[in-house]
Amino acid sequence: MPDSSRPGQGRKIFLDCEINGRALTLEAYPMARLLDVLREQAGLTGTKEGCGEGECGACAVEFNGLLVNSCLVPALQAASAKIRTIEGIAGGNPLQHGHPLGERLDAVQQAFLAHGGAQCGICTPGMILAAVNLLARNPHPSESEIREGLAGNLCRCTGYTKIFESVLAACRTTEFPSEPQR
Amino acid sequence: MPDPRLIGTSVPRKEGREKVTGRATYVDDLSFPDMLYGVTVRSPAPRGRIVKIGFEPGIPWEEFTIVTAEDIPGTNTIALLIEDQPCLAAEFVNHPEEAVVLLAHPDKYLVEEARRAVRIDIERLPAIFTIEDSVTRKEIIWGEDNIFKSFLVEKGDVEPVWASAAFIVEGEYETGAQEQLYIEPQGMIAKANPTQGVTVWGSLQCPYYVHKALVRLFGLPKDRIRVVQTETGGGFGGKEEYPSMLAGHAALLAWKSGQPVKMIYDRAEDMVATTKRHPSRTRHRTAVARDGKFLAMDIDFTIDGGAYETLSPVVLSRGTIHAAGPYNCPNVRVRSRAVATNMPPHGAFRGFGAPQSVFALERHLDRVAQVVGISPEELRRRNFIQKGQTLAVHQVIRETVDMGHLLDRALERSDYHAKRKRFEEENPSNAIKRGIGFAAFLHGAGFTGSGEEYLASEAALEVTAEGRVRVFAGSTEMGQGTNTVFAQIAAEALGLEIERIEIMQPDTAMVPNSGPTVASRTTMIVGKLVESAARSVRKSLFDAGFLRPGYNDGDFANACQQYIAKFGPLQSLIKYEHPTDLHWDDATYRGDAYGAYAWAIYVAEVSVDTRTAEVRVEDFVAVQEVGKVINPVLAAGQIEGGVAQGIGFALYENVVWQEGRMSNGQMTNYIMPTAMDVPPIRVFFEEIPYARGPAGAKGIGELPLDGTAPAIANAIANATGADIARIPVTPEVLLEMLESVHA
Repeated sequence: MPDSSRPGQGRKIFLDCEINGRALTLEAYPMARLLDVLREQAGLTGTKEGCGEGECGACAVEFNGLLVNSCLVPALQAASAKIRTIEGIAGGNPLQHGHPLGERLDAVQQAFLAHGGAQCGICTPGMILAAVNLLARNPHPSESEIREGLAGNLCRCTGYTKIFESVLAACRTTEFPSEPQR
Repeated sequence: MPDPRLIGTSVPRKEGREKVTGRATYVDDLSFPDMLYGVTVRSPAPRGRIVKIGFEPGIPWEEFTIVTAEDIPGTNTIALLIEDQPCLAAEFVNHPEEAVVLLAHPDKYLVEEARRAVRIDIERLPAIFTIEDSVTRKEIIWGEDNIFKSFLVEKGDVEPVWASAAFIVEGEYETGAQEQLYIEPQGMIAKANPTQGVTVWGSLQCPYYVHKALVRLFGLPKDRIRVVQTETGGGFGGKEEYPSMLAGHAALLAWKSGQPVKMIYDRAEDMVATTKRHPSRTRHRTAVARDGKFLAMDIDFTIDGGAYETLSPVVLSRGTIHAAGPYNCPNVRVRSRAVATNMPPHGAFRGFGAPQSVFALERHLDRVAQVVGISPEELRRRNFIQKGQTLAVHQVIRETVDMGHLLDRALERSDYHAKRKRFEEENPSNAIKRGIGFAAFLHGAGFTGSGEEYLASEAALEVTAEGRVRVFAGSTEMGQGTNTVFAQIAAEALGLEIERIEIMQPDTAMVPNSGPTVASRTTMIVGKLVESAARSVRKSLFDAGFLRPGYNDGDFANACQQYIAKFGPLQSLIKYEHPTDLHWDDATYRGDAYGAYAWAIYVAEVSVDTRTAEVRVEDFVAVQEVGKVINPVLAAGQIEGGVAQGIGFALYENVVWQEGRMSNGQMTNYIMPTAMDVPPIRVFFEEIPYARGPAGAKGIGELPLDGTAPAIANAIANATGADIARIPVTPEVLLEMLESVHA
């Protein structure tokens, strides 16, 4: 018999929330994973699935200012929440900043680009959110605080060394790390 | 030509902006109208005959596309070396993850429920799960003797040596399976129908391997099969062969349903069903003279290939050739075999057989040093291979090699001698023991022996009338930096800014076959083709009189415009030509095994808590000679990432098997290193330009996997006195070993 707990069962509900600074109404099964809702309903595919069990952090997003694994968050909790995904990190007017591809990168993104913090790129959105979230709480972390802050995000490519270097570089390049949304 | 401006500089990753903004498009980010979701129903038993396939009630089966072996339009095989592995089991199953039935449906939740409602009845046959049971032929499960492949490498004659040698040291070493654990699970989307043929988009390393498999599976002409690589979230060898299987499955469902089909494995399925590093067993018998010189090395190397041959002969080959290390020994015999068990086939993982045999050798040599009564570094020093001497496969080393210098540098950087002394003094009074150890090793770049000659890879380069440069290669970017390195090589050779270079997406309808993206061959072999193509295009512009020395990007664009207006498209396709002075004999397994080797010394410092038997790597120094480094940040990133994978291989990554099935297929209980587990990894390059590499570069991708685990094992042995003979050294394993030290 069909499993009645699966998200495909029951009735979809409407959820008003704010994603990357924009008010949105999503329609989702209450127990659907926030990860799937973000990717499939909101079209925000920058949030990745690595393990589906809260271990790897590839699906990390900011949720009311806290870093969460969106694969473990049921959609119904998104009601009235403020969510920030990787798509909400870069910003600014491309014409003003003159980059042909568009947006102005956040200091953390810029540092990951310059210091080899991204290789295959699949952990990168979650890793950048974890780093941005860490720097908002602690603008000048020590190396061991960086390790601890990123401990929930697995990377198989870099051995983390260049990620630590990127985060340290981001601290040096900005006095004003981006604020988490609360 | 301008001075080298780009080679040796850390230009940012070509596709980096897409990756840091989350815009890079991976296969699961794609979708098509009317797309179905596909799943795989696997064997419930490790070995047996399929008696019946049943569909339980409660599922609207009429809504499903259901594929079995009978639906395959061509040959039921995933073609690689030989055709022993079916795409879908028809009559027999030979391992517990073998695919039997495929299902597709528009509702991805319902298709998952349906998977659990398919019942496959198996009449079980006896199965075997260990190297020992396979070698002793407890049951014959493959061919006549369970042996996929065996090799014999012989130099001199070991037999007469034993009687008179001052020292003979024997040892047996084991390494476990290791999961590649790329963070993006395997995935594929297929469109297929008899009029248009088959197109797949997916996460993969080797587009033309998938292409070859689909041609055979569908019995279609080559031009009716198209394989497109999407952004790939890590491979490490794990996406070398299995994508052919998954592409076959997705395409069969698409063919039957007439709709696009997406198949994305969840983590558990990816971990249990796809290939892992081959478990291994190595036996060493080494004869040493009183002065510490090696007299004979007798090595017996066995790997567990799983249920089908797949790539095991090639993995075995590399493991065999690397088994005797960077040493000069007059008499060497390596006997090796890849054997069958009823496990899912083991396959490529960075290092490709070498990490297994190098672990055994480098761990063994520390024991040899102990018996001989000299230090581990002195034993190696007395035996390091020098220019003009020959490796076990009779390859004369013609390049400059100075392992002694690398060793000096590594020991100095790691403060080895002072630490060794200090730990020896402090350890007796501490529950946390510290130790330091190292490994010396080499890794051949490119396909083995005549492999590159058979591959006959191609790469092409084209300029547009606007002076943009397009590189066409079947080599894939999976994080290691192909796009950036190719762009640097092309821009350097053309004297242009790197922004002018565009790397085309690997798509078999567009790019030539550059061979697989494996074997540390992409920069060295394919990069060289890109460099030659760029030089050829530049020469055409010069010869036609449109380009003159001292040109800038604007002059180049004008020259391209003029050339194309007068002569038509300007492109160059370069095919690999095997150097005429490299000889290899497959029959005797002798000759120039690789065009070039990378050489390295890795030093690990560990702490071992003797109360909990937990090991931490505290510091790591990696010194290597890799030819010219094209992009220092990317190159160091390769080494650091490889070292972290090596730490996992040595300490944490333990596949638990139950009747041939991985029982810990989750990231919560299969443990890879986190940000808390890696030490400072300090990377140093020696650069001796390799004449045949692009701008002097050699391959580096696999190198770091070879030496990390034995350096750590030697450090643990130094800290505790435990004779580390197998990895991973989990606390359970170490406790056992520590008890035997005290017994």
